[in-house]
Amino acid sequence: MTITVNGVSAALPDDLRVSLLDFVREHLLLPGTKKGCDQGACGACTILADGERILSCLALAVQYDGRSITTIEGLGTVDALHPLQQAFVEHDGFQCGYCTPGQICSAVAMVEEARRGVPSHVTSDLTSDRFDLDHDELRERMSGNLCRCGAYNGIAAAIHATYGDGNTVSDKPQVMPEAAE
Amino acid sequence: MNIIEDAKQAVQGLVQGAMAKAVALAPDSWMPGGEPDPLIRHQHGHVGKPLSRIDGPRKVTGSATFSAEFPVDGMVYAAVVFATIAKGRLVEIDTRSAEASPGVISVMTHRNAPKLNPPPVFMSSSKAAGGDNLPIMQDDRIHWNGQPIAVVLAESQEFADHAASLICATYEADVTLTNFAVAIAKGTEPSLFMGQPLHNEIGDAEKALKEAPVAVDATYRTPRHNHNAIELHAVTVAWTGDTLRIHDASQLVAHTAWSVAQMFGMDEKQVVVTSPFVGGGFGGKCLWQHQVLAAAAAKIVGRPVRLVLSREGVYRVVGGRTLTEQRVALGADKHGKFKALIHTGVIAKTPSNILPEPFIMPARSAYASETMLLDVQAVELDMLANTFMRAPGEAVGTFALESAIDELADALGIDPIELRLRNEPEKEPTSGLPFSSRHVVEAWKMGAERFGWDQRSVKPGLVRDGEWLVGLGCATATYPYYRMPGGAARITLTRLGQATVDIAAHEMGMGTATVQTQVVAERLGLSLEAITFNYGDSTLPGVVLAGGSQQTASIGASVIAAHRALVKELIKIAGNDSPLAGLKPDEVASRDAGLCKADDPSRFETYASILERAHRDEIRVEASPPDPLETMHWSMHSHGAMFCEVRVNAVTGEPRVSRFLGSFDCGRILNSKTAASQFRGGIIMGLGLALMEETQFDERYGRIMNPSLSEYHVPVHMDVPDIDVIWTDIPDPHTPMGAHGVGEIGITGTAAAVANAIYNATGKRMRDLPITLDKLL
Repeated sequence: MTITVNGVSAALPDDLRVSLLDFVREHLLLPGTKKGCDQGACGACTILADGERILSCLALAVQYDGRSITTIEGLGTVDALHPLQQAFVEHDGFQCGYCTPGQICSAVAMVEEARRGVPSHVTSDLTSDRFDLDHDELRERMSGNLCRCGAYNGIAAAIHATYGDGNTVSDKPQVMPEAAE
Repeated sequence: MNIIEDAKQAVQGLVQGAMAKAVALAPDSWMPGGEPDPLIRHQHGHVGKPLSRIDGPRKVTGSATFSAEFPVDGMVYAAVVFATIAKGRLVEIDTRSAEASPGVISVMTHRNAPKLNPPPVFMSSSKAAGGDNLPIMQDDRIHWNGQPIAVVLAESQEFADHAASLICATYEADVTLTNFAVAIAKGTEPSLFMGQPLHNEIGDAEKALKEAPVAVDATYRTPRHNHNAIELHAVTVAWTGDTLRIHDASQLVAHTAWSVAQMFGMDEKQVVVTSPFVGGGFGGKCLWQHQVLAAAAAKIVGRPVRLVLSREGVYRVVGGRTLTEQRVALGADKHGKFKALIHTGVIAKTPSNILPEPFIMPARSAYASETMLLDVQAVELDMLANTFMRAPGEAVGTFALESAIDELADALGIDPIELRLRNEPEKEPTSGLPFSSRHVVEAWKMGAERFGWDQRSVKPGLVRDGEWLVGLGCATATYPYYRMPGGAARITLTRLGQATVDIAAHEMGMGTATVQTQVVAERLGLSLEAITFNYGDSTLPGVVLAGGSQQTASIGASVIAAHRALVKELIKIAGNDSPLAGLKPDEVASRDAGLCKADDPSRFETYASILERAHRDEIRVEASPPDPLETMHWSMHSHGAMFCEVRVNAVTGEPRVSRFLGSFDCGRILNSKTAASQFRGGIIMGLGLALMEETQFDERYGRIMNPSLSEYHVPVHMDVPDIDVIWTDIPDPHTPMGAHGVGEIGITGTAAAVANAIYNATGKRMRDLPITLDKLL
């Protein structure tokens, strides 16, 4: 059984209890994905499974046999930041930086969700197949990612600066193969 | 020099009275900060610029290394088992199934834990870091519901967690005291904060209250809170010979190293604590049992140990803010001048810690009043020790005081801002000390104009937008300026014009390295690229607490002292062939990678030139600043004016904050980008305090009932509007860089601004936090 993480194939653990979060942190030594609660309440462990955001603490690694995972390490590097990572730095979308990888992974997939026409709790017209990521849509869709330092304004500004109203993004989140090496 | 030595102790809270008076009466020039920091005059340099965080790229790529992320060979994973009674003793703890479970290496309980001294409790001495002074796993006694009773050590976290679930304990319970009201009925005790009684009296306030033409008198309640930093408290520890290395998430690395050394009976140099990145602190990331348990366990198994508390574990082991019951009574004449200000009440603590939530701190300096009575009483409960949480005292004290002022304004028919301005003190009322810097009136005026305060309906409950009732409220924010003893810094300057500053300070989101790089570059006349700022390591100079919003001042003063030592050394080695020959250190300033005569910049020589002539590759100096007598000579505080717009649903009672403005007077702002984030972050935690946060404590069993982020609600994206922050940017002439710390003031005043806005929207007074929708129905 294998899984692909940031473009690299890896063997899945023998212990069926290992969460996808602990697998990337402890087995693959990719600690960019954070553990904030281990029970699906904070969003710090958000990663991309085939481009969709999931809470890796609520996923068992073995459930992702054959799937392609992107963690924060796969989005960009210190020397080659993803545009959203760059925007987080410019708009001060974090303080301590602990929830940040989860916020960024979540936002990358969230923009795609909005673009696909997936409605949210605040969407007024459920028949529409496209939505603008206005103030409330963005904040509602990001509300699963807690930030205790309170960098919410900067996070929203960074997402807006990178994706505008969400309708002009590329088909897939940008994954940089070199980042996985 | 006995006056200075004794005064130093008074600063540390050991001696009071006469010496404090001596410092108060001494000339300004004798005080640290008596002469303004020359950097205050630098208006166009690095200081104040909105520099993006220099460690930002590491944080956004997940490559900033937190305490649970240091890879160590042969590491063992730990899981902790917690007691389920509030007080008593362990009759039996059966660990046999756990020990036989796959992957388990050992189980540590009080039966086999190494002998340890009890932790030195915080504030009991200058380097003490313990949350309480209870022995850690040394006997069968249970002191709180949630106390660790066993640590399982295994080859993986999964093995450890499973084995921990197999441990069975039986207890013999003692009679407990876990009910606040019952404890109050049994009697309260006066309390001390930093060695000083939490009690002030000016005249007969009760009599003045009775005689006042207009008065309000009410009781306000605030619940327990938890810090809930998103990073779990975690350590990776390893013994190398006799040295203990602790990768910790810490706001006080040097204090922790010393305290752990005391417990293990070691020299403090044998304990090395590092903490380069801290995933949020807010007062919680100090020394609790888990670090010590991990170190003890590592000793037992002879291998490095990683202990990451579960989210529930954080609630069981790491204390939070305690609950308060506060009375505020205000009496005024018909023009609103205060005749009486009474702020008294009760908090809960434990027998094993020192901190009573000092909620009267704001009232000590915020307003003039003919009479005053301030008092904090304490009761002791059988619970986990309470501790500092962002703006201890002020966060909840301003809720009561600033709500009461709004109530009085309503009773008087005077605008609440105008009422505050009419009671602006000329000096600190309780101490008589002059203010070092107080521009709260400017903050109020700037804020009121920007927020559109004149749009507020004086009569509550009149503004409606569909099913939403809309209201505006305001409150004063205030937090003291502290600088604690113990700072020290080392500067290494190379011939290539590179400077390294070493200090045992901390980064938990404040932007420490970024801001200090700006300050050091400006002070030394170097580029940002020429500065390396090392911190987060107990082996570096200084005992610096990242708390009390004092770290910036502590680092600033330490760097000033080290810079002075550096200049002295440079002048010495520059010799008679230098353009600087004959100048005294006081006459010299730094500019353009060199030194010049302060009032004649043309007399100049570069560092490189000085070092080259002296055949030196580098100079290294280390120095400590004078003790912080300035905080006894002036009344030193930050201030702010908080403005809030709320919308309360007329059908469901749901309160939403739709606009917020913080207008601050916090000295000179050192980095407008990171400071704005700190202000906003404090305000957002204040919105949580106002509307949703509560650690639910089962008063029958002394157990926290909502130990998770699902059940303890903190503000999420959708709860937070765009928050506007502005500031006076007026330097305090008596502080390093003219700056004040800005990490805590944002949470002060916020809850009252929200509650006052809710009153304006609905006509309902909310005196119990959090203000949940059921209270508004």
